[in-house]
Amino acid sequence: MFISINQLNKHFLDKNQHASIVLKDIDLQIEKGEFVSILGPSGCGKSTLLSIVAGLTEATGGEILVDGKEVKKPGKDRGMVFQEAALFPWINVLENVMFPLKKEMSKKQANEQAKTYLKMVQLTNYLDHYPHELSGGMQQRVAIARALAMDPEILLMDEPFGALDEQTRTRLHRQLEDIWIETKKTVLFVTHSISESIKLSDRIIVMGTQPGTVLTDIKIDLPRPRDHHKEEMLKIEDHIMSYLKKEIDKVVSEELNHETNL
Amino acid sequence: MKPIYKRLIFFAILLGIWELGGQIGLWAEIILPPPTKVFTSLYVGITDMTLVYDLIASFRRLIIGLVIALVIGTSIGVLIAKSKTADDTIGSMLLAFQSVPSIVWLPLAIMWFGLNEQAVIFVVILGGTFVMAINVRTGIKNVSPLYIKAAQTMGSSGIDLFIRVIFPASIPHLVTGSRLAWAFAWRALIAGELLTTGPGLGYTLSYASDFGNMSLVIGVMIIIGVIGAFVDQLIFQRIEKSVARRWGL
Ligand SMILES: Nc1ncnc2c1ncn2[C@@H]1O[C@H](COP(=O)(O)OP(=O)(O)O)[C@@H](O)[C@H]1O
Ligand SMILES: [Mg+2]
Repeated sequence: MFISINQLNKHFLDKNQHASIVLKDIDLQIEKGEFVSILGPSGCGKSTLLSIVAGLTEATGGEILVDGKEVKKPGKDRGMVFQEAALFPWINVLENVMFPLKKEMSKKQANEQAKTYLKMVQLTNYLDHYPHELSGGMQQRVAIARALAMDPEILLMDEPFGALDEQTRTRLHRQLEDIWIETKKTVLFVTHSISESIKLSDRIIVMGTQPGTVLTDIKIDLPRPRDHHKEEMLKIEDHIMSYLKKEIDKVVSEELNHETNL
Repeated sequence: MKPIYKRLIFFAILLGIWELGGQIGLWAEIILPPPTKVFTSLYVGITDMTLVYDLIASFRRLIIGLVIALVIGTSIGVLIAKSKTADDTIGSMLLAFQSVPSIVWLPLAIMWFGLNEQAVIFVVILGGTFVMAINVRTGIKNVSPLYIKAAQTMGSSGIDLFIRVIFPASIPHLVTGSRLAWAFAWRALIAGELLTTGPGLGYTLSYASDFGNMSLVIGVMIIIGVIGAFVDQLIFQRIEKSVARRWGL
């Protein structure tokens, strides 16, 4: 297996050293080149899981292997795109995409490689613009180009389109699908949108909450592009909804309890 | 009406009252000489170069002191932002120092360096250093964790992370720190010069006062005020604004 997540556990300690369990016994095997979505209600630990795979957060139990090697810290084999573009405002678009390339390449090489990926996200006309001059969708495309520029094996995406409007999101879905087909990256894509996950992924990992566990693992076999398969997509959506309904009810009743307790 | 016109009219009226009040005898000329006299003495001072030499001397001290203050302040700021021990010790001392006007150091400085330029520069350095250090510390402490995480996933860590991400991300606070350091240094400079020897704007101010040359006193006050406002608004606030815009603040 390319990515192998075994018995992963994560808890956070609060002020009173009381452990709140966020991820419980997560087992997940992902093959090279797969597009896998992690779907679940907010607060179920999706971001935490992705952050552990990225090496930004430490697990409290279990292990993650990438290509047989245990993940201990961040590495250039795993590129990450966050919900906010997280571009550096003090450098322009081209320099942002060159950021991960500075050390191992000559300036000229880095420049060319960065341009290649900016072309892939169709932003070659904006090389010398600064992040604040771009729309949210454009910034997110730069962030994708930046993650891809270091040619990672794995692309980790944490609700990358969550803050964008519907039309921009649809456009970026298509672009991401094209990029994935072209680059054959392994993608771990976190989302709370059922339709987004069905549209994009080979597999959907549905997570439950409190604590975060894997509820089910659904293969999506529809041919791409999937816009022509609306009916099948709706069927899968209903199927996933049946799993998530209970979880969402759980969150809502928890919140209501919390409110009445105040 | 544009603010610039309002401002012009306001100052014209002020000057008018100032001139007329003296002429109709509301106050004696020695108490408040009229603007015409003030501008005449300014004109004389500039054409005979005495005020120009004063300006050059003052600016020399200011720039030497300010540059040293910015360098030391930035270094201390980085140190206390990065080391908890340094923050708990040096950091608390900084806050105490910052609440004291730096001119109170002048008697000590005169003991150490003598009644000369070095004593003034020392006070200027103290004026700028602490506020710079405090702002650099704040800037570094407030770097968005998202930038740091993003950089880490791109293989940056340690010194590389500091130089390429943490430091540039805190530039808005560095600019604010520099602006405040300049303001404190400018005040410290004039205060220091008032009490030491010339040439220098502060020295000329006290010299003119000793000789009852009130029109020159007011003239120098105007120079000090205009330079202070000019540097603050036309240089620092502009930089601050454009940095804030680009950094998305
Ligand atoms: N650094 C942290 N310290 C304490 N609790 C955290 C921390 N990060 C996340 N959590 C908690 O872990 C849970 C899962 O968070 P997260 O992974 O962000 O969920 P999701 O991305 O699915 O919305 C939440 O209840 C959140 O409050
Ligand atoms: Mg999240």
